[in-house]
Amino acid sequence: MFSRLVNMDRRYVFILVALAVIIPMLFSVSLPVSISEPTQNLYDYIENLPKGSTIMLAFDYGPSSLAELNPMARALLIQCFRKGVNVVALTLYADGTTLASTLIKEVAEEMNAIDGEDYVFLGFRPGATQVILGMGTEIAGVFETDLSGKPLSEIPMMKDIVNYDQIDLLVDLASSATPDAWIIYANVQYNLKIGAGVTGVMISQMFPYLQTGQLVGLMSGILGAAEYENLVGMPAKGMQWINVESFVHLLVVLLVVIGNIAYFAHRSREET
Amino acid sequence: MKRQIPLALCFLFGIVMIITQFSPHPVSKSIYERVISGALIIGPFALVLATITLIQTHINRIQRRTEHWGYSFVVFAGLITMVAIGVPFGPENPIFVWLYRNVQVPMDATMFSLLAFFIASAAYRAFRARSTEATLLLVTALIVMLGNVPVGDLIWNSLLSLTGLDSIISQNGPSSARGWILDNPNLSARRGIILGVSLGVISQSIRIILGIERSYLGGGD
Repeated sequence: MFSRLVNMDRRYVFILVALAVIIPMLFSVSLPVSISEPTQNLYDYIENLPKGSTIMLAFDYGPSSLAELNPMARALLIQCFRKGVNVVALTLYADGTTLASTLIKEVAEEMNAIDGEDYVFLGFRPGATQVILGMGTEIAGVFETDLSGKPLSEIPMMKDIVNYDQIDLLVDLASSATPDAWIIYANVQYNLKIGAGVTGVMISQMFPYLQTGQLVGLMSGILGAAEYENLVGMPAKGMQWINVESFVHLLVVLLVVIGNIAYFAHRSREET
Repeated sequence: MKRQIPLALCFLFGIVMIITQFSPHPVSKSIYERVISGALIIGPFALVLATITLIQTHINRIQRRTEHWGYSFVVFAGLITMVAIGVPFGPENPIFVWLYRNVQVPMDATMFSLLAFFIASAAYRAFRARSTEATLLLVTALIVMLGNVPVGDLIWNSLLSLTGLDSIISQNGPSSARGWILDNPNLSARRGIILGVSLGVISQSIRIILGIERSYLGGGD
């Protein structure tokens, strides 16, 4: 029996994972989510900004990380539009342009935010480091127009925004090492305050920056998205997916435990 | 000359950019801004180079009839379609957006989602407590996995209240343990890695500026 367990066909594991994803989606399960300190700090920082402040939102991810990062972006945009905090959005990922543009328009419509007055989407420029450094001198020197081609000088919201001096916070939603670049080039060089929302696999890389205060707050993976949705008071995809992920994590833990029991039982039987 | 000019340019720009970081003089600031603007112009050329390399690679595959060469036609179909719509009509064109949302997003998401299946299978088959180090890694991973989802705390808190230990042991054990792991051993190790990498980058940069490290010039003469 143990031998069969140790050498179990991996397709059975695939079926179990599929069931662990599908079943919680069919029956709406809702697990209580407690708020972690880094997420709370990011929320509080934005919440304490006065009306009319400006945050920069970097959509540094592509479709593969959309499931984790789009709920974060959505919750952040809702908080900003509700509070009257202006949003300057951009992306360092070519893949992120359409994704960000679609999401911003959706949330803006929902929250009655106006393009050019409450938010601006600058789009994409290649060369991440140069873009970050260039905006420290002049944003219009890097992005002459917004995504629709309107010159920044003609956009009311951008009237008084020249460079990072007029940006109160940058939130980088990232699936790769872009938060490091923002910290190294925008925080260290231009003293820009930075927060981040990252995919689950990147969480551990961000903790040194949290401890040094170079990150004012952090949303960690889909859990961070669920926490932020709770804080904003609008549970959506993040809450739905953290429940699904709970069951998949539980399954993987069980599989590892069962795999180890079977392995050691099989080995001791072979030795005797 | 093919080597001397790039080496001289590299030395000049390297030294000048270092000086600009330490000098608040307006001339230094102006040079810094000009170099950054220049670098912004150079950036898009990398995209052109990448596209040319992609086209060359797949033309070679088709010419040599290497394994799965037929898929190279799919690459060209995707490239030509997106460029033909995206370049003249922009990224907000409805057809471009439709293709992005209904072709690229599902394909990318599917590729990434497959990881969950393979990770679960790999964890079951390979994650064994064969040694002390492996056991430590395994236990840490299990704690972080449980602490990273609300069900971990739910199980812990339910067990505490069932056994009546909730007055002695604190609630939300898995998420607290995960926080401690990330805040202490993880942070210390990460900081060590960051310092090591930074020192490596500094030493490598000095070698490149001084012309000791020349591999970026490519082989030959």
